Amino acid sequence: MDNSVELLLNFFYVYRELITIVILSIFLGIEIIGSVPSVLHTPLMSGANAIHGVVIIGAIIVMGKAEPDNYLALVLGFLAVILGTLNVVGGFVVTDRMLEMFKKKKK
Amino acid sequence: METNLLEIIYLIGSITFILGLKMLSHPDTARKGNLIAAGGMIAAIFGTIFLYHDVEGNNLGNYIWIFAALIVGTGVGFYSAKKVQMTAMPEMVSLFNGMGGACAAIISIVELNHFLHAPHLIESLLTNGHPLLNGQVFIMALGLIIGSVSFAGSMVAWGKLNGKVKDFSFPGQQFMNIGLMIAILALTVFMMFVDVEMAQILVYAIFGLSLVYGILFVFPIGGADMPVVISLLNSFTGVAAACGGFLYGNSVMLTGGILVGSAGTILTILMCKAMNRSLMNVIIGSFGGSSAANPALAGATGDIREITMNDTAVLLSYSKSVVIVPGYGLAVAQAQHVCHELEKTLEEKGVEVKYAIHPVAGRMPGHMNVLLAEADVPYTKLLEMEEINPEFPNTDVVLVIGANDVVNPAAKRDPSSPIYGMPVLDVELAATTIVLKRGMAKGYAGIENELFYEPKTRMLFGDAKATLQKLVAEIRSL
Repeated sequence: MDNSVELLLNFFYVYRELITIVILSIFLGIEIIGSVPSVLHTPLMSGANAIHGVVIIGAIIVMGKAEPDNYLALVLGFLAVILGTLNVVGGFVVTDRMLEMFKKKKK
Repeated sequence: METNLLEIIYLIGSITFILGLKMLSHPDTARKGNLIAAGGMIAAIFGTIFLYHDVEGNNLGNYIWIFAALIVGTGVGFYSAKKVQMTAMPEMVSLFNGMGGACAAIISIVELNHFLHAPHLIESLLTNGHPLLNGQVFIMALGLIIGSVSFAGSMVAWGKLNGKVKDFSFPGQQFMNIGLMIAILALTVFMMFVDVEMAQILVYAIFGLSLVYGILFVFPIGGADMPVVISLLNSFTGVAAACGGFLYGNSVMLTGGILVGSAGTILTILMCKAMNRSLMNVIIGSFGGSSAANPALAGATGDIREITMNDTAVLLSYSKSVVIVPGYGLAVAQAQHVCHELEKTLEEKGVEVKYAIHPVAGRMPGHMNVLLAEADVPYTKLLEMEEINPEFPNTDVVLVIGANDVVNPAAKRDPSSPIYGMPVLDVELAATTIVLKRGMAKGYAGIENELFYEPKTRMLFGDAKATLQKLVAEIRSL
């Protein structure tokens, strides 16, 4: 029992900065969304979808760190970068297309 | 030096994401906000490629592979995003969301493998004989689970939205889903206490079960719940991305992921509220089940009254105020442009035309807004449910185009109805309601609509686009 408490405390200590960022970001996300008119729900969701494409950075790190003889890491990393790029590029372009229409009719 | 620069780029990236999301919340700044976030993303990507060092100070390698993948992904992503039809946007968002989830899952698999092959690289939080009992393994497993669920779920949602996958459920599915979730979590905890060989097998077991869970999670959910599901899966992927950020101590991944996670969750909750259902209810996937349980709903029988094209044209032309209620049928028929034409034609005749937008009309939040915006309908004409409901008693004609469940008065009257309690548009309060439908098929909730049998309701059968075209011609010739 002592061990698990220590483990938990340790976890929070080691990751204290990241945990702070997580908690602040949660509240920030809630605040930002709270004020969105429903007209913009779809573009907002699409924009958020593009932003979580930031996972591509992890994919680039995986790919870049893969040893030349570790084919599993190479192939999976390659795939991950492609998928991440699709998420980022597709997400932002689709969002832009949606928002383009909102702009056009504002004469 | 390089690492410091990279941290600053990440900080800027995080700020652009926050600004971008903030600006996306106002129509005037939305487009700029999207571009700002995209700029931050590009900076973060290239910063990582050229400036990243691991703990031992090594640069990244495999540049050819990285750039090849970036080029392929950019080409395919750009092309498909440009080519996709406006009505297919929800599918596309779901598909891209799945790609992000898969990306997060793969990162976790590779890193777990890497870690299991060289456990000495990372210090255990406790030197108590369980080298796998540490925060990093837990975070990697979490990223794997959430990413896989998001991927599998998004793929099913994508298939459902474009009609390739049908609703599917079997008795006891809720319990199976709960059981699966418990099994996945139990395996994850178990994995942290076993030896490396065993853990390796467990990684793939967790991966497989998470995929199955993702599929079963979305399978039974009916079309009416799709907005909620896509929104929820979107926030899942955000959390999965944040797990990657936690793993690498990467601030931009962390803020970006968590922002999307919390923002997506709020959006999901807003959607659930609009349908008067709890998030738990949606997650367990009971919608299909409950409506199948009581298929025979009383009250919804009687005569329907059809109306001719000519009568409709006359009725609309000589009204003072008309409210159009668009639904998924409008999207399917690609009738948004004709719909706008009808609106303009009527306005030329001095009729006041407005649109009533139900929050869950269509297949995702704001689906109708995007669709009508494509047809150049000014967004000041699109009124939300709370704004338009008090106006129905003073409305001469309501034209329902391809909407069903969102105008079903059973949600207010019939406590046994599966959609009872869901806020709906009070179209029955208008002087006349004309329902444009292809046939007498039920809506996505699979229930009868009493509205069609109301004495003040008239039915106009036919394909939305063709019917509206004829209607516009008819009105012009009057």
